[in-house]
Amino acid sequence: MDKTQILIIGTNKPIMQTIARLIDQNEKWRATIASSTDEAIKICLKQQFSLALICAGLSAEDELELNKKLNELYPKLPIIMHYGGGSGLLFAEIYQGLGL
Amino acid sequence: MAQTVLHKANTRGVADHGWLKSYQSFSFAGYYNPERMNFGALRVLNDDIVTGGNGFGEHPHDNMEIISIPLEGDLQHKDSMGNTATIKAGEIQVMSAGTGIYHSEYNADAKNPAKFLQIWLFPNKRNVTPRYDQILLNDTDKRDEFVQILSPNANDAGVWIYQDAWFNMGKFNAKTTRTYNLNKKGDGVYIFVLSGQVEVNGTLLDTRDGLGIWDTDIFEIKAVSDAEFLLMEVPMEF
Repeated sequence: MDKTQILIIGTNKPIMQTIARLIDQNEKWRATIASSTDEAIKICLKQQFSLALICAGLSAEDELELNKKLNELYPKLPIIMHYGGGSGLLFAEIYQGLGL
Repeated sequence: MAQTVLHKANTRGVADHGWLKSYQSFSFAGYYNPERMNFGALRVLNDDIVTGGNGFGEHPHDNMEIISIPLEGDLQHKDSMGNTATIKAGEIQVMSAGTGIYHSEYNADAKNPAKFLQIWLFPNKRNVTPRYDQILLNDTDKRDEFVQILSPNANDAGVWIYQDAWFNMGKFNAKTTRTYNLNKKGDGVYIFVLSGQVEVNGTLLDTRDGLGIWDTDIFEIKAVSDAEFLLMEVPMEF
């Protein structure tokens, strides 16, 4: 069975690596990290995702730009603003984003 | 007309990790209940008990206002901003996680459990520079008054955070009634009972029950028995 692909975008690499590790602990999910809007778009052009999580570090302008570009390219892709930086809220955000 | 939501203590999520027993008023970590996601900007209210000598090892946070209120025992805090501190009952700790921090919190006592409230609020601004503060709360022993312990203003009583929120503690003698006037239109208040029984808007709350009230500017809280409680006023839209 194909894994649910989740894209996480932000600039704080250690925290994103933690989030990716937490996501990958679920055998049905697979996380991919992007460190900028441009990198996120490039990755999205090559691979299909079920959810995008916007993590810490992007400027407010970059967050808006990323939302806009992802919406244009993939109108049905759920985009969640991630809060908390760890396991506390992550799974609820993913469940809500995936409509589970 | 005021609207309310009641969360009885025994309907909270429970996580038992041996070293940590956590009673969770809202969805957190492995506890997921779509009907218990938040009350306005209040996202996490964990009522935690950490066994002696144990604690939360180093872990990250971002974009969250994190408030810890020790109830019994002391916590040993260490973070990536270089802060090392002990937080005791009667004190309050706040971290604005912003762009990202790492921290650890351990029970400072090797034998006795530490009990504390872990409260998370959505910030009103993402990606702020992380900050840490901890203060001794004055006046929390005052009886039959609301004692402010948190606000959005650095020059106001208690700690401040990046959110238009106001927290008050109350230690009321039985039969005391006081009126709470909300600071801001559109806010709601989540009342969490630490001990005893109180009545709010005709609803009886027992120890560790929570009640959210909104669509009102004012409400009365009556101590049915000697009671201690926390009032958390938060924006309902944020």
